[in-house]
Amino acid sequence: MMLEKLKQTFTVTEVKEQKKNLTFFTVPKEQMEMMLITLRDHHDYKHLSFIVGIDMIEDGVFKLTYMLYNYETNHSFGIHCNIDREKAEMDSFHHLWEQVGTYQRELREMLGINFEGSPRLEENLSLDEGWDGPPPMRRDFDTKEYSNNTYFQREGRVNYDPREYMREQLYPTFPKTESDKLLNGGGKK
Amino acid sequence: MFTPDRSKYPKHVNGRPEIDLSSGKYTKVWHGPQHPGITGNMALEITLCGDEVVESITHVGYLHRGFEKLMERRTFIQCFPIVCRIAVPEPAFNEYCFSAALEELSDIEIPEQAQWLRTFNLELMRLSSFLMWIGGMAGALGQGTIGQWCVTHRDYVADLFEEMTGGRIYHMYMLPGGVRAPLPPGFKERAFKVFDGIEKMLDAVDKVLYNNYVFKQRTQGLGIITRDMIERYGVVGPNARACGVKRDVRLDEPYVKYDELDFDYVTANASDAYARAVCRFEETLQSIDLCRQVLNKMPKDGPFHTKTPNVMNWKVAPGETYAKAECTRGEYGFYMVTDGSDKPRRVHARGPSMTHAICLMEQLAINTNVSDIAGLMVSIHTYPPEVER
Amino acid sequence: MSSKDLLPNDGLSEIDQEFFCQAPPEYISPLPKPIEDFMNWARSESLFILAFGTGCGAIELRPLTTSRFDMYQYGIQMRATPRQSSVFIVGGYASVKTLKRIVRSYEQMQGPKFVVTLGSCPINGGMYWDSYNTINRIDHYLPIDISICGCMPRPESILAGFVELKKMIRAGQCDGANLYAKNFAWYKANQKRIIKDWNMPDYNW
Repeated sequence: MMLEKLKQTFTVTEVKEQKKNLTFFTVPKEQMEMMLITLRDHHDYKHLSFIVGIDMIEDGVFKLTYMLYNYETNHSFGIHCNIDREKAEMDSFHHLWEQVGTYQRELREMLGINFEGSPRLEENLSLDEGWDGPPPMRRDFDTKEYSNNTYFQREGRVNYDPREYMREQLYPTFPKTESDKLLNGGGKK
Repeated sequence: MFTPDRSKYPKHVNGRPEIDLSSGKYTKVWHGPQHPGITGNMALEITLCGDEVVESITHVGYLHRGFEKLMERRTFIQCFPIVCRIAVPEPAFNEYCFSAALEELSDIEIPEQAQWLRTFNLELMRLSSFLMWIGGMAGALGQGTIGQWCVTHRDYVADLFEEMTGGRIYHMYMLPGGVRAPLPPGFKERAFKVFDGIEKMLDAVDKVLYNNYVFKQRTQGLGIITRDMIERYGVVGPNARACGVKRDVRLDEPYVKYDELDFDYVTANASDAYARAVCRFEETLQSIDLCRQVLNKMPKDGPFHTKTPNVMNWKVAPGETYAKAECTRGEYGFYMVTDGSDKPRRVHARGPSMTHAICLMEQLAINTNVSDIAGLMVSIHTYPPEVER
Repeated sequence: MSSKDLLPNDGLSEIDQEFFCQAPPEYISPLPKPIEDFMNWARSESLFILAFGTGCGAIELRPLTTSRFDMYQYGIQMRATPRQSSVFIVGGYASVKTLKRIVRSYEQMQGPKFVVTLGSCPINGGMYWDSYNTINRIDHYLPIDISICGCMPRPESILAGFVELKKMIRAGQCDGANLYAKNFAWYKANQKRIIKDWNMPDYNW
């Protein structure tokens, strides 16, 4: 019902009711600030749980999720907002909640999203001060390769694919085509 | 009452004080990371004028391991043993939130007995963490003996955990689909004995610590969180409840078996460090009561694990969800996104310390005495590993 | 000492350079055997741990100080400052940001000094072996005397590790400070390779 009301003013798309107390929807980037203010001031969604960024590299976007919570009705809204991956910029909402500044610092260092005007944005939150690699949460950053090139590895670590290793060790005589069939069927419940 | 001379404080420009260290009026002190009065491995960069704090900046990141990245390249069952390392003193909530989110996304219902066992494990974890906190709070204000008592009794709780799950600190007990083991025989009697011991000890703590004149003088009026700060700073858990605000995930959105237990919000009104200490003390007693209730109401037998898809080939359909629980510091949650492969697309652990340790602490530290910083730090109860993950 | 042995202290600003010494650590040759044996016995009976919780391992150090495990009976206690302590515990994984502080605290400790590591993470990276922010082998950055297994090591195994450390000290096998002085250039190069913003003196003491 509330969503119907919101739809009159905002472009609300991709509504998905995940469970009784949690609904996800998407709004365009320009309407995000107005949406947060409306939900906070007129609909009692006063608590911002977190902001998280997902790198949708196949769509070329970063998907930001703002989770708002209403203490009166115990309902949460997860609000998605897609921003361009090449030109990663988003409006800063540090004036709405104090903790937003911290989350935006994290998003800046982990995904490389720029939030114009956010306080202390350039200070690293959790990476060390001399970090010179790319933003680590981007999908094209390979953490294993970075670790191999940067830190000293101790010899003797062998990696097995657990599925292949168990098949070879436990069922060496079982035909491979059969077990593939079983495994792929076993994935469904 | 002492009123500080405001004229000596620096002017604020763009929300930050303008500090000229070369003027000789200010001293910069690093409180941590190598410091006995800090909770875990983090640092406060404090600027002092005399012995009053004019600016405090929290530095975290000393424990950053990149969990969220590591989980993107591990299968679901490989994620399970690493999630509990996110918050070291309270691993059970990570396991629960991860399992709950994964079960929701792959439509698995867990059996009744598993839910009871999860409730018991979570509540016992809260008890253990609160005991550690009372010890730490007393220690930060110079009452080391209380720390000895509390940590010793927390060790008996760790023994219960060991008997139940096999591990003292990291249990890896709540795996997706249920729990790993039922309660061992005779566990209930031994648990009740430990609870009796803790209650007796808490009686003594009440007399020695909470009626201690020094403790009261040092904590009353320290770090007051006003009512309007609750919304602005996203304060949750006992920090908010000490201000009279009723918010508790266990009651607001009951998970596992909390809706069948009999308990209520624990609140206080003064909203200073003493009120928070009282609030946490009451919650410790409440946790013991809840643990007893769970053990009494729990059915004797029953399946504790349900059938899950083959863990070697567990693919979860695209979806996203947010599973949360009430840990000792407030709302703890896992936001999980899956994309149809056998690895999670994105997992975000939402820890309450993220807001408490950084923006709230920086605000509360201003104008306090430097000797109270350790007490203030402990009183808002932060764990650095869940800030940076 | 000739001027070419002096450390450059490049990372410091010009004002700060005056405040810090440029001398590298020195090799301390042992005293005559009976005296050295006596000294080693004395060292092994008073191990002062630096209270620096660098990782998850710190959670099991707290129960050690209580009456149940009571590490004071072995002559082990916690000290707040590196100047007074002789044992450094690397409690689990070390991120790059922490490693900088570990190096700084370790160098401020006075010799003879011993390093104990907990768990597998400092040995080969443990379960964070592919993480971009945790180091994999701490023995390339600091000389290690003993590693205690377990995640987390139980208080009993930490005590067992300390008993073993005492035996090694009495036998004169723990010579970490001298090892560090001898291979100083190698350790420093390894440290500088990953600590990109080196803004502290090359040897902090």
